[in-house]
Amino acid sequence: MTEVLDRPTSSQSVGAVEPLLRVSNLTKNYGHVAGCLDISFEMRPGEVLGIVGESGSGKTTLLNCISGKLAPTSGSIAFNSRRHGLVDIYDLSEPDRRRMQREDWGFVHQNPRDGLRMRVSGGANVAEPLMNLGRRHYGDMRQATMDWLSRVELDLGRVDDKPRNFSGGMQQRIQIARNLIHNPRLVFMDEPTGGLDVSVQARLLDLLRELVRDLGLAAIIVTHDMAVARLMADRLMVMKGGHVVETGLADQVLDDPQHPYTQLLVSSVLQI
Amino acid sequence: MTATEAPARPNAAPEDRYYTYAYLDEQTKRMIRRAILKALAIPGYQVPFGSREMPVPYGWGTGGIQLTAAIIGRDDVYKCIDQGADDTTNAVSIRRFFATVADVATTEDTSEATIIQSRHRIPEQPLADGQIMVFQVPQPEPLRGLEPRETETRAMHAYAEYGLQYVSLYENISAYGRIAATAGYPVMIDERYLMSPSPIPKFDNPKMHMNPAILLFGAGREKRIYAVPPFTRVRSLDFEDYPFETQSWDEVCALCGANDSYLDEVVLDDKGEHMFVCSDSHYCADRREKGHAGPMAGHALAHIETEIAAEEV
Repeated sequence: MTEVLDRPTSSQSVGAVEPLLRVSNLTKNYGHVAGCLDISFEMRPGEVLGIVGESGSGKTTLLNCISGKLAPTSGSIAFNSRRHGLVDIYDLSEPDRRRMQREDWGFVHQNPRDGLRMRVSGGANVAEPLMNLGRRHYGDMRQATMDWLSRVELDLGRVDDKPRNFSGGMQQRIQIARNLIHNPRLVFMDEPTGGLDVSVQARLLDLLRELVRDLGLAAIIVTHDMAVARLMADRLMVMKGGHVVETGLADQVLDDPQHPYTQLLVSSVLQI
Repeated sequence: MTATEAPARPNAAPEDRYYTYAYLDEQTKRMIRRAILKALAIPGYQVPFGSREMPVPYGWGTGGIQLTAAIIGRDDVYKCIDQGADDTTNAVSIRRFFATVADVATTEDTSEATIIQSRHRIPEQPLADGQIMVFQVPQPEPLRGLEPRETETRAMHAYAEYGLQYVSLYENISAYGRIAATAGYPVMIDERYLMSPSPIPKFDNPKMHMNPAILLFGAGREKRIYAVPPFTRVRSLDFEDYPFETQSWDEVCALCGANDSYLDEVVLDDKGEHMFVCSDSHYCADRREKGHAGPMAGHALAHIETEIAAEEV
């Protein structure tokens, strides 16, 4: 296993910065079935972490635990929130945790239908996080919505269309705008480009990479697509059977895989 | 339009008659009263209750009827309106129902009534201390249209997370350029609980603010009771740049000439003829009795309506 967990990931002196997220000995069991086992890692602000692995390897369980949707069996997840500083998210009271999720996090689902309200317009979907944070000025929110729709390269004339009238790729763009408009500190992405055709996927990835870099966002991207991992992630965690089998810089892991499973994974990518 | 005497019931001994006074059995009424007390203690909070089968279908006022049955007594004077009118089928049948099962006097006069059951209006005449309004509610959850999960809406109420409700207002403005919602307009009760005021027109929303009467809301199908106690702050939601406003009309009531009441449009023929009349039938009749006349006061149709109203009495 490549030991890079505590090594700085960029040229700036990261050592001085408090971690944004610290996961320690996280285990989640479903009865006697293990979801993920004894996982520890840290993230710094602005870092993009990719989690790769096959179906059933525990990627989504890990993501759900970290994002406060699923309480872990044991271990702790500390997040450095604007309001509370570095605290275990499951130690917060439920209203505090929900507020932290609204204020500091975004969650991009694989299926836009899970992340959008399908019965209200695209524009209202994008503006909703602002209203959840207590903004009550329509004109300002409308302006912010327009700004974000243009940032994700959507036709502004269609701002009031319902999500079902948009294509899959456009729905995903709306979902991305909705999850970035409130200036979160950490964005979770579960297969953000899964289910899209390759050309749309490429454009969306390009866009995502640009936004994440521009905003200095920290992001956790769960994917089984090695190309997505290579393009987006600074650092990779390879999971198998609930364990993290290898972690390291993305290029390092993908170019020089150490663990047999990682080698298999990297060599299984289809070449054209 | 004066209180009618309770119908005489010579065949029933009073104690037999009142074993299950006002249709519901004593245990059920007790359960509903407990729910009402809780609802009054937590203004705007939806209290679950064991709603019973009623002799009318859901949507015809089962929640309101159960509330009335639980609070009504022999000395009450009962008024029932449907969209403001005392003389529509639903209002007449519910009024007769309580005249029969509770032996109460009924009235059309708002000031005379002690209990006013309403389907979607608050009478124009200001309510007074000691009166109780009972509303029939189809959907008690204001957030339901946006959030289908009951577990989630309960959490939102518990933690006062009401940002979502503004999404519906935002949608309104982006589609129509103004807050076009007209009925069931969401309100904040005492700056804590978000409440759906049942489908009353937003014209009536300001009447709830600091109202001296008790406002009770009952949803029979959804099994919820909630309340606004007297003198409670009630604020209609709005945006800073799109303040709350009520409906207004360019015309006055065609029969009584009122310019301050909620008007219904009535289509008169297929050539575009129409008139506006007060939705509150008692308010309109009362004004006409006092000599007010609208532009169509002498109209043949107006004459017919007065005759019908006279027969009702």
